[in-house]
Amino acid sequence: MSRITIGIPKALPYYYLNDFWESFFSNLDVDLVYSCDTNNEIIERGERYANDEMCLSLKVYLGHIDYLKDKCDYLLIPRIEDYGNRNQMCTNFLALYDLVNNLFDVHILNYNISSKEDELKSLIKMGEEIDISEEDIKKAYKKSIKLKTDSKKSDQDNLLIVAHPYVVYDESIGKPIINMLNKYPYNIIYSDCFDAEKCNINGSILSPNLYWKYPKENIGSILMTPNLKGIIFLSSFPCALDSLVNEYIIRKIDKPYLNIIIDNIDSLTGIETRIESFMDIVTQN
Amino acid sequence: MGDYIIPSKYLLKHLINYEIIEPPKITSKTKEIGEKYSPEFVCTPFKYTLGTMIEALELGANTLIQFGGGCRYGYYHELQRQIINDLGYQCEVINLISGGKLINLKSLLKKFHIKKLKGLYYTFITIKMIKYMDKIDDYIRLNACYEKEVGSMKKIKEQMLKAFSETKGYFDLIKKYYYFKRKLKKVPKVNKEVMKIGLIGELYTLMEPMANYHIEDELIKMGCRVKRFTNVTYLLFQKKKAVKKYLKNFFIKYRMGSDALDNIHHTKYLCEHDYDGIIHIKSSFCTPEVTAIPIIDKVAKEYNVPIIFFSMNLNTSETGIKTRLEAFYDMLEMRKKR
Repeated sequence: MSRITIGIPKALPYYYLNDFWESFFSNLDVDLVYSCDTNNEIIERGERYANDEMCLSLKVYLGHIDYLKDKCDYLLIPRIEDYGNRNQMCTNFLALYDLVNNLFDVHILNYNISSKEDELKSLIKMGEEIDISEEDIKKAYKKSIKLKTDSKKSDQDNLLIVAHPYVVYDESIGKPIINMLNKYPYNIIYSDCFDAEKCNINGSILSPNLYWKYPKENIGSILMTPNLKGIIFLSSFPCALDSLVNEYIIRKIDKPYLNIIIDNIDSLTGIETRIESFMDIVTQN
Repeated sequence: MGDYIIPSKYLLKHLINYEIIEPPKITSKTKEIGEKYSPEFVCTPFKYTLGTMIEALELGANTLIQFGGGCRYGYYHELQRQIINDLGYQCEVINLISGGKLINLKSLLKKFHIKKLKGLYYTFITIKMIKYMDKIDDYIRLNACYEKEVGSMKKIKEQMLKAFSETKGYFDLIKKYYYFKRKLKKVPKVNKEVMKIGLIGELYTLMEPMANYHIEDELIKMGCRVKRFTNVTYLLFQKKKAVKKYLKNFFIKYRMGSDALDNIHHTKYLCEHDYDGIIHIKSSFCTPEVTAIPIIDKVAKEYNVPIIFFSMNLNTSETGIKTRLEAFYDMLEMRKKR
């Protein structure tokens, strides 16, 4: 019997969980298939399924699903609810599984990450779907490593990009903007490059009532960056959490900032002009 | 939010020693203020509440109470406080529910010098009052289309609200409720065929008549029997139990945040109970509803029940909504005749 192939769309949860998935599934008897990097065609495919008020990243996700649906036996779609009461997730992550399940006619491998449910138990349930025994799942889970990042220290002048990884690392959304920034003599730091726990604490100092995990860590990185010369907020239109949190932080900090909201990847020239004038301000400071 | 100002005002009046300023009704000026100081693509309730807050501050308020709730709503107050302070007003914003949980009730009691027993008594009356109000509202929504003289039920409701705001105690409240309920039932009715319409959607836009451009009154005027699930009683007391039941639904496996799951289930309920049409209302950019809409659409299609989606904004034109509603109604009528 041929091995089962599991498709992983390169969007939304991919950027948070892929390190775990890679090591977890390498210990099991399955093959992983990834979708290609985001491009115009994928976004167009996503827009066919999405309704017009969905955020750009969710549209991209649906595009990736459409691309992958004939190329694998199962699609891996986790559902992430929260990591504790003060560490909640965007509602898009809560709805991912049900949304895809109703929009597409595909086989889905699904497990639930929630503070109310044990992750391992949920994974075992998932294993039953593809006929992998409880023992194997337990073994693979033990061997797998969880994502850990360390901060890169640098004495250079730093520019901090505050953004969700699924925006900033995306080939079509974030990459062009990073390429524009690389022309300038500044060291670019991403907000998810720091120790998550410390970021979380710093985030609650800046905004005591914030209860979303990733926005909290993103803004926490502002306090942790040395030699900070300027901050660039990058979000996809209309991100529910960023619309409130970024606005709040902009009112709190006294550093030069640039707030970029991307709703269409065709119109990047306008953003280039804004970056140029922002860089002038940073250099003059 | 709608008529709920009466019970909340009643509660505060009896509990704390502050002067209570009733927030002014939402007008186009409120919208203008809200729009001006809000971030661009935040959901619409933020703009309405911010506008109301600033207007209340202009009237001399120095403590504001924001209710808060499950989704983004629980974080509103932090940004609103910052915006208000940046505008130069000195004030305090108290938030009651954040991240889906009621916060620091004890410190709140201490702060306003509220005695526990007294607090409990008046909270109890207020809750009862809200429940009665919701019951009356449900009755009116279902029966107003039959009334002989248009608007007679609404008149009675207004009298009732006035009487409720002057409630003296628990038994007084009960007496008043039954008096007005009897009065409502005596309203002369005409027997006629009506359209059964289900109203679902996001909570603020559903419950604040200004935010949904009086869509309920409009429907009743057209002669529709309106069923609406969302009200404060449902959100506070029935939702938790109901959600567990909803999860056995065929279409969904998990909770989807805020009221998305409830709305999907209610769509199914309405389809199964022979409703002629469904109207879904939300404020623009309401994320939980946006992810629910494709599923709601699918459910309605499967049962072959017409559904219309309204996304309400501050700049939505009232005539535009009316036209779409009338077209929807005509379509339903043609379907029925066939």
